[in-house]
Amino acid sequence: MTNVQTNEAPRPTLPKDERVKELHRLHKALIRPELGAICGTIAVFVFFMILAGGTQMFALEGVMNWGTVSAQFVVLAVGVCLLMIAGEFDLSLGSMVGFSGMIFALLVMKLGIPVWGGILLTMMLCASLGMINGWLVIRTGLPSFIVTLAFLFILRGATIWSAITFNRQPVVSGVGEVAAGDPIAWLFGGEAFTGLFQWLGQQGVIATFTKGTRMGQPVVSGIPMLMVWAIVFVLVGQWVLTRTRFGNWIFAAGGDPEAARYVGVPVARVKILMFMVAALCAAFLGIEQVIEFGSAASDRGIMKEFEAIICVVIGGALLTGGYGSVVGAALGAIIFGVVQQGLFFTNVESSLFRVFLGSILLAAVLANTYVRRLITGEK
Amino acid sequence: MAAPILEMVDIRKQFGHIIALSGVSFGVQAGECHCLLGDNGAGKSTLIKTMSGVHVPSQGEIRVGGQVAHFTTPRDAMAAGIATVYQDLAMIPLMSVARNFWMGREPQKGFWPFRCFDLETADTITMQEMRHMGISLREPGQAVGTLSGGERQAVAIARAVYFGAKVLILDEPTSALGVRQTANVLTTIDHVRKKGIGVVFITHNVRHALAVGDRFTVLNRGKTLGTADRGHISAEELQNLMAGGQELAQLEASLGGTV
Repeated sequence: MTNVQTNEAPRPTLPKDERVKELHRLHKALIRPELGAICGTIAVFVFFMILAGGTQMFALEGVMNWGTVSAQFVVLAVGVCLLMIAGEFDLSLGSMVGFSGMIFALLVMKLGIPVWGGILLTMMLCASLGMINGWLVIRTGLPSFIVTLAFLFILRGATIWSAITFNRQPVVSGVGEVAAGDPIAWLFGGEAFTGLFQWLGQQGVIATFTKGTRMGQPVVSGIPMLMVWAIVFVLVGQWVLTRTRFGNWIFAAGGDPEAARYVGVPVARVKILMFMVAALCAAFLGIEQVIEFGSAASDRGIMKEFEAIICVVIGGALLTGGYGSVVGAALGAIIFGVVQQGLFFTNVESSLFRVFLGSILLAAVLANTYVRRLITGEK
Repeated sequence: MAAPILEMVDIRKQFGHIIALSGVSFGVQAGECHCLLGDNGAGKSTLIKTMSGVHVPSQGEIRVGGQVAHFTTPRDAMAAGIATVYQDLAMIPLMSVARNFWMGREPQKGFWPFRCFDLETADTITMQEMRHMGISLREPGQAVGTLSGGERQAVAIARAVYFGAKVLILDEPTSALGVRQTANVLTTIDHVRKKGIGVVFITHNVRHALAVGDRFTVLNRGKTLGTADRGHISAEELQNLMAGGQELAQLEASLGGTV
């Protein structure tokens, strides 16, 4: 008998199963999907710090330069990442970037629809196209590779055809002037926090122009709107994926659609929705570029679908679905942007960029396959 | 005896010219493990699919708690408390145990649009339920891929039980497992039975059936040959019945005259 009284019943301690080996901390870190991308990002930064340390690459202007390029990849990569985790991919997204921009420009310039209306209609059209893609994949049971490959050509062709037919040239320009003063167009182009940067310039924190018409103005007048959006996309994407019920369904739909269906996950709905989200990301990027550059070009977005897939794979997602991370995909996109612009800063022959891309893709896929074995215990 | 929680009365199922089931009758009581033995091609798969609502029987009645039930979809069967754990369709290896456990029925907290998956509750309940099944997990975030086949079955069973199954149909849960893992699954079946759930244990392994079964029904060529209680039938007799019933006449007595 003991006199010791406790308020709580003693917690039953389970006999330790000797077969359950405690995981090493390193092993635990390895099975996070982002790890490879984090290492890659650090490596790429160190590499260019050494190689391009003397250039403007890591000055504020330079950061904005590769930051904007990275942001373009991030916006698309978030959609592609969610779709890939849901077990599908969409090769028509690059064409969708060009298509959405062209449709938007034609709606605004040729039909005289206000910019906000054009944005809305284009978004709706692209979401429906994503839905058709998804519906065809689910309904026919064909691999998404072949269905979306068809749309890669259909949309690119439609883009060029509509530009030539309605505008007699492959470029539609003049959107910039029309967009000025529109209630929502500013969300897609221009810069944010310009006041803050003005103030920082006055305080001498960031450099200002010393001559010319913009004398006294800071060299960087604000953060590009696209960068703000990229951050929002990543935060929302990561939250939905890891912290909501729907996110669990995305993993389930990609991990094993049959098992997911059996416990009541609406797999078809999840997959089609992800096709729509990816299409909307592409449309967002397309419209953003038209407002930013003031014109739509029918060759815009070529190869973007593959580049986005590379970003996502570098970010640790498995091509087979069911595993990946939005943050990882965003880091993949940053690696992409830093290397592309870094080679420019260091005056390296830019064709080497593709060589680098191919190599890093191969390395990432090999690493992911290894990580997958770690998780599932496959041999 | 109270009315069985699930009863099959002279179930017949035809696919065109093929007769898959030609008279299946048996009942499952609450808290018993009813073993359904049959060789390959005896009609086990068709029977499971009929019980779980995938197939609608051509003839015969399914009774749940004494009432006639008509299942047209698996959802109907699930709503009636009949859960089926398929051998290969249970879990997603790349996802964590907790995420698998709650898949399709994730607990939520917060208000829209910030409503989120309540991971803490999910983790706590998963650990607790797995402990009840006698499986000690390293952590709820452990991927199912790291579990053994037996442990995966146990997670699937724990999930079905937690979500209110009254009858649990296990489709050959031990056929692909080693000795220790089989013991794991059989222990789990025992845990489930003690909770008052009726278990239909489908197998062709007589030894596994005899290890946990309360009653035994043999299925041969689409027909049930009758039900025997534990202790009234031997392994050899069950084996012979499954193999074709050559010694049927001699066994009539031990099967309680229901042949």
